[in-house]
Amino acid sequence: MRHIIALLLENESGALARVVGLFAQRGYNIDSLTVAATEDPTMSRLTMVTRGDDQVIEQITKQLHKLIEVVKLVDLSESAHIERELMMVKVKANGDQREEVKRTADIFRAQIIDVSPTTYTIQVVGTSEKLEAFIEALTGTQILETVRTGVSGISRGEKALAL
Amino acid sequence: MSQPHQPEMLSGGAMLIQALHDEGVEYVYGYPGGAVLHIYDALFQQNNVKHVLVRHEQAATHMADAYARASGKAGVVLVTSGPGATNAVTGIATAYMDSIPMVVICGQVMSHLIGDDAFQETDMLGISRPIVKHNMSVRRPEDIPYLVKKAFYIAQSGRPGPVVLDIPKDMTMPNQKFPYQYPKDIKLRSYNPNAKGHPGQIKKALATILAAKKPVLYAGGGVILGRASEELTELAKRLNLPVTNTLMGLGAYPATDPQFIGMLGMHGSFEANQVMHNADVIFAVGARFDDRVTNATKKFCPNATIIHIDIDPASISKTVTAHIPIVGLVKPVLQEMLSQLDKMAGKPDSTIDAAALSSWWAQINAWREVHGGRYEQRTDLLKPQAVIEAVWRQTNGDAYVTSDVGQHQMFAAQYYKFDKPNRWINSGGLGTMGFGLPAAMGVKLHYPDAEVVCVTGEGSIQMNIQELSTCKQYGLGVKIINLNNGYLGMVKQWQDMNYDSRYSSSYMDSLPDFVKLAEAYGHVGIRVTHPDELEPALARAFALKDRLVFLDIHIDPKEHVYPMQVPGGAMNDMFLSKTERT
Repeated sequence: MRHIIALLLENESGALARVVGLFAQRGYNIDSLTVAATEDPTMSRLTMVTRGDDQVIEQITKQLHKLIEVVKLVDLSESAHIERELMMVKVKANGDQREEVKRTADIFRAQIIDVSPTTYTIQVVGTSEKLEAFIEALTGTQILETVRTGVSGISRGEKALAL
Repeated sequence: MSQPHQPEMLSGGAMLIQALHDEGVEYVYGYPGGAVLHIYDALFQQNNVKHVLVRHEQAATHMADAYARASGKAGVVLVTSGPGATNAVTGIATAYMDSIPMVVICGQVMSHLIGDDAFQETDMLGISRPIVKHNMSVRRPEDIPYLVKKAFYIAQSGRPGPVVLDIPKDMTMPNQKFPYQYPKDIKLRSYNPNAKGHPGQIKKALATILAAKKPVLYAGGGVILGRASEELTELAKRLNLPVTNTLMGLGAYPATDPQFIGMLGMHGSFEANQVMHNADVIFAVGARFDDRVTNATKKFCPNATIIHIDIDPASISKTVTAHIPIVGLVKPVLQEMLSQLDKMAGKPDSTIDAAALSSWWAQINAWREVHGGRYEQRTDLLKPQAVIEAVWRQTNGDAYVTSDVGQHQMFAAQYYKFDKPNRWINSGGLGTMGFGLPAAMGVKLHYPDAEVVCVTGEGSIQMNIQELSTCKQYGLGVKIINLNNGYLGMVKQWQDMNYDSRYSSSYMDSLPDFVKLAEAYGHVGIRVTHPDELEPALARAFALKDRLVFLDIHIDPKEHVYPMQVPGGAMNDMFLSKTERT
């Protein structure tokens, strides 16, 4: 099962290494990882996507909790939540293809954010699934480069991961 | 108006030492070097905190570790950057695996040199990260008192563990002084280790135990670390429960008490492993269902409802699912159980089923007859088991016993009957050869009047034998019981059992003359080669109160440790001797 774990971390040097190291040491998977400071500069918020059966996920959350610098933690996938990921794709866009790629981008509500005589750079925001669907839809178009931010997530409603 | 108290102005190095003193630290174990010279100079200029100079940094960590195991307070290590710090790594990992509180202060190169591959630079925060409870670096000298307080707080609270404090050399400059104040208290928003256990869960656990027909109390190192032996013993007595201790828990329940059924696990007693396998309720207290206890987890105790008390939630349901988890410090949880039991007195379901328990005990006593720790009795050959029993008699069962790792460790665990907690000091989790001698030194230094025995083998002792020199310097009269069989005994045992006795590198050729070696270091050496010599040699050794005596005892080279669980089997699948299995 895929899980999205969000945590608040003391914004101290080495704290991120501790989280990442834990996954390496104990053989857990990381599909994606994002981290940045929050509105409170003493804390970072980290979102990671991981996989495992219930027992593995339970161990992951417990082991993360044990890290001294982890302030709070939530498994977002346990309740209603929103997830978003941003992707930028640079594609070859010549002749007829320019119109075709633009149409596909429109369908996905993606934006063309950079243009050159032979390329487009497209920005797509959505769930990881949507991003993957977009790449699939580009079949026949030469992809020069893709870059993804990894998943960020937040609970729906009044529930908040905060101090 | 009264003048506000002016804090003393101290250098970073002096603040560090003063903070250690304010924390109640008496001894620091270590080895000087470039990055810690300012700190060593600060040490030199005061008399409160004493320094013990070891011969290798690994020994410093084991001394601090053993002091912590015996006293319950964090041991302190001081080493220089680079090789000093890396030499301490094995000792830090040893403490980590057994949840031992320790504060390791490592020197570091000057801040502006970090990252330049400077002389004796190593990323100790990176290296130690997987084997510490926490680690920290000093960025500003004025933070030193706070960081020392934080290091001790983290090391000693909750599930204890080692904490590394990395100090760049420029943080301890003698000419830069700062106002010193040691914090009284510390609170971290991200760390709250004190859990008393959920009363509802405790109630449920108690009801489950009271309803049991075949209960067992399985107690581990958490009872020793949590200072809860008294509560554990009282609860076991009141409910007439059979008690087994893990390797780390020996002494948590008195071994000579009739309710004690021995150690469990790979080299546990026949009865303890049978009781576990057949139990209907397993009451696990401060133990972590480690692979050397459970054998194959899929076959583990098929009929048992498992109650598990542990301060570390990550230890609960890690390898074996707990039906009734209780996250909390062992002591308050057991106290709560006792008080709930008091309140229940006279009410229905407030006592355990006496008839069921009595037939359970009849079964247990029958199991006791099956193996009962028997071993071959010989008059011509020294048996290691007989040596341990003789040491137990000689020390009235009241010594601090440290051990290294291997067959001798298991013999000591099986045949020295520990009646008190904190007396059995061994590297259970990491299995560190070379632990025993420095560990004995750490205990002896703090308890000079106590008998401190290091049970070791000719393989392990050579991993830190240079510490005989430290013993001479500080007059540490430990007694070394070297069970010398000329082989790496446990390796040989496995090679006998699984590799058709192909002794690949398990034979020790060219052993030193240990008696002469002990004498060369200024100690007393005694060689024992025949059973008749054993008791007189021990009597002579223990009569030499203030001397280190190295007893080189030549034992049966063919002996194996039994019982031994059959790999991949259930708890109660065991070899009972070279020719018998369950």
